[in-house]
Amino acid sequence: MNTLHTITVIINGQSYEREVEPRLLLSDFIRHEIGLTGTHVGCEHGVCGACTILFDDEPVRSCIMFAVQANGHTIMTIEGLTPDASEENLHPLQASFREAHGLQCGFCTGGFLMTLLPFLQENPNPSEQDIREAISGNICRCTGYQHIVDAVKIAAAKMEGQ
Amino acid sequence: MSTRYFGQRIKRNEDVRMLTGQALHVDDVNFTDMLHVAFYRSRDAHGYIKDIDVSAAQEREGVVAVYTAEDLGDYWQPGPLLVPPPPTIEGLIFHQRTQVPLAKDKVRFVGEPIVMVVAESRYIAEDAVGDIWVEVEALPAVIDIEQALNEDMPTIHDDLDSNMAAHVVQKKGNYEAAVQQADLVIKRKLKYDRGTAAAMENRGIVAQWDAKSQKLTVWDTTQAPIVIRNGLAAMLGLSEHQVRVIAPFIGGGFGPKIMMFYQEEVLLPWASMKLNRPLKWIEDRQENFFATTQERGQVHEAELALTNDGRILGLKHNFIHDGGAYIPYGLTIPLNSQANALGPYATPNYYSEFKVAFTNKPIVTPYRGAGRQHGVFVIERLLDLAAKQLDLSPIEIRRRNFIQPEAFPYNHEIIFQDFAPLVFDSGNYEPALDMAIEMIGYEQFIKEEQPRLRAEGKKVGIGVAAYVEGTGIGPYEGARITVEASGKVSVASGIGTQGQGHFTSFAQIVADQLGVDVRNVYLVTGDTDQFHWGAGTFASRGAVVAGNAIHSAAVEVRKKILKLASEKLEAAEEDLELADGQVRVKGVPETAIKLGSLAVMANPLRGAVRPGTEPGLEATSYFGPESGTTASGVHALIVEVDPETMKVEVKKYVVVHDCGKVINPLILDGQIHGGVAQGLGNAFYEQLHFDENGQLLNASFMDYLLPTALDVPRMEIGHVETLSPLNPLGIKGAGEAGAIPAAPVFVQAVENALGDDAPEILEIPLSPNRLFELVFGE
Ligand code: FES
Ligand code: FES
Repeated sequence: MNTLHTITVIINGQSYEREVEPRLLLSDFIRHEIGLTGTHVGCEHGVCGACTILFDDEPVRSCIMFAVQANGHTIMTIEGLTPDASEENLHPLQASFREAHGLQCGFCTGGFLMTLLPFLQENPNPSEQDIREAISGNICRCTGYQHIVDAVKIAAAKMEGQ
Repeated sequence: MSTRYFGQRIKRNEDVRMLTGQALHVDDVNFTDMLHVAFYRSRDAHGYIKDIDVSAAQEREGVVAVYTAEDLGDYWQPGPLLVPPPPTIEGLIFHQRTQVPLAKDKVRFVGEPIVMVVAESRYIAEDAVGDIWVEVEALPAVIDIEQALNEDMPTIHDDLDSNMAAHVVQKKGNYEAAVQQADLVIKRKLKYDRGTAAAMENRGIVAQWDAKSQKLTVWDTTQAPIVIRNGLAAMLGLSEHQVRVIAPFIGGGFGPKIMMFYQEEVLLPWASMKLNRPLKWIEDRQENFFATTQERGQVHEAELALTNDGRILGLKHNFIHDGGAYIPYGLTIPLNSQANALGPYATPNYYSEFKVAFTNKPIVTPYRGAGRQHGVFVIERLLDLAAKQLDLSPIEIRRRNFIQPEAFPYNHEIIFQDFAPLVFDSGNYEPALDMAIEMIGYEQFIKEEQPRLRAEGKKVGIGVAAYVEGTGIGPYEGARITVEASGKVSVASGIGTQGQGHFTSFAQIVADQLGVDVRNVYLVTGDTDQFHWGAGTFASRGAVVAGNAIHSAAVEVRKKILKLASEKLEAAEEDLELADGQVRVKGVPETAIKLGSLAVMANPLRGAVRPGTEPGLEATSYFGPESGTTASGVHALIVEVDPETMKVEVKKYVVVHDCGKVINPLILDGQIHGGVAQGLGNAFYEQLHFDENGQLLNASFMDYLLPTALDVPRMEIGHVETLSPLNPLGIKGAGEAGAIPAAPVFVQAVENALGDDAPEILEIPLSPNRLFELVFGE
């Protein structure tokens, strides 16, 4: 169980090589080994969506994957959405969340953003119902979702123009 | 000219950090030499601990320490009583029993910690928990709250002769006499079952004792860092200045993260000092279902006495409140239920008696609404039933009983949770009702839509309910505001923040006073080294109490700015204006001095600070309201019930809310949306199912259903502004309002949808299967 495996993972464009136990969760790897703590864990059993990341461009729940499964794969986390975390350089999706007040405590937000990024790329003109279905696997306890839905509508309009 | 921020939909200052993954949460705090903690928790709800064997755990590689109650020595003490019962209620009985750090002789609920393991990693700590063997001689579990008080039940606290934790009677007028005059008395038994707050972030603690500097730093998911600091210092025998508690960004609070002195909160700092290493414990979701406090369980027997024309003569309201295994938070919740059953209605006679029962379930403390919704459920349900009998519309019966605007301040003559008499400071209820009816389209729905849809076989219904919310209670909060040499303004305050937008709403207040850009006001909160006076964020009090303290400090700083600038500019203070981060003579822009430069002048390197003056452009102020301010509102909704499955879909939801002056409507709307979502979850999805042995059967998000984006409807919000006379800003609290009336309005609409064959719904939560049972029989 304790034998270490060497893995190489590209996260937000940077390559990392680490030795990990086979049982190490991918979420723990990203947060505590790499130090990218913007990916949050709310349940660690695959239901809340807070830990969602892009794994080879697909949204996955990093709390129900092992770090070793990421060997040779490409990951993007919330920190990869902007070059420098400044207000001016927010991704349109992030800026729209701010505009519509789509976050309160912000704990769920990373998971929503990572779920929505590929969704909006595939559905540039989503209806309210489409949006609600797309985020129905992400739980937010603060917002009641309405402002998140509004944010997605704004983001869709912004991103279409790009 | 300077922009006015108060009342505007300002985008939040804190968002950028959160949106880019740069907001610090407790679990993001890491040290290279950090150790990790896991707990062995009781698997039995009730029993005597016979034996604890930790030897295998101790031997496991990577385990650093294993502690049981014995190892704590004198540090083993029951936790503090956070809120004592009001001293002014006559005949009150209260048996203080608070949680212990690690169970010693007896376990009292599933999940109660028994052994603490410290290891090199969390994975190893959890492995070691699996090595521990605890033998418990099980006792029958006390689960049902009504049976809990029976004499033949085993007692949870052996030194008491029953499971009654408290008994309180409060009255106003003479209810029995009111019944004699009544034309109608409605009498029912109503139930409200347990739920959990389920903030997305679980609890967590990082404790770091630094032996060289003799300082303890604790990062804690608490809503009240100052109270925790003071308590920890006392418990650990340290000076308060040796302890720093930081509540960084918190992923949702909703009540259970209040100053609990949770077992983990007390144990980690102690062990960090013992081991001289930083320690981290992060609760996992399953633990959260047991180890974090919960709320809701109450059973009510209530009677409403009315005249033929629907006027309330009196209310009798007796209930049992489920306290769980320990009652560290005193009587706050049942006192709220007792007070809020009076609603916005003039009730001349009231008799209310409650008992708190100890049960073998997790500890109960406030969760958003904090018992207010139970009282609101009782009165709103009784009014619905009375309206039916009297052939009045649910709207008319409420309108006839509202306290009239000229009757404020209105004294209900009972004691509220803040120990002050329950006096409503201000209110104007009819305009909110009218606005809600208009927004939901009540008349049109009843006259046209409902008959048309019913003819198509659809079961649609409408509901309207009113409520009040006691908010903004004392004791006090404070703030220190400083104009810095850069021209930025810093605001230090003691309350914690869990997503309410304090970084923005408080900045708005300051920006208006000092004529600076709202983005240049920087709030520091939740760090006891920055500000160490205050109580915390609870009872919808942040905006009211801290907001007014900040306002008052800003007013003081403004005065200092004007005084100094008038000297420097040789102009009268009345002729000066503050705008664009400058102070200048009105209409003479070239006289402008930047606030940053003025701050430097106020803190000179040479020359004396004259007697009676202070250096810097800084002020500290406090605000302590005598009593709370009462917000109010009306919710209305339309539902459709599937006739076969009894699944309920909310078609439209309207909230009209009156919380006095609104600082930031965008933030307020968000607070209300979130509250309604939690209220609907509570009404229709969320219920903790304990079996007769006290085992929680649905301790995961797979089984405990939280509303998703498909379950929460789009909401429309209307605002009415009745100012509070109790504070200079005229504001009232808003944090809990969305959640409070959701259950009764939901139930009223479901009954209305089911029409003549509707069962009487007297319980919450009402899951689709429970509704099915009520309609079609079990
Ligand atoms: S933390 Fe991964 S889904 Fe909840
Ligand atoms: S913003 Fe707090 S959980 Fe979504």
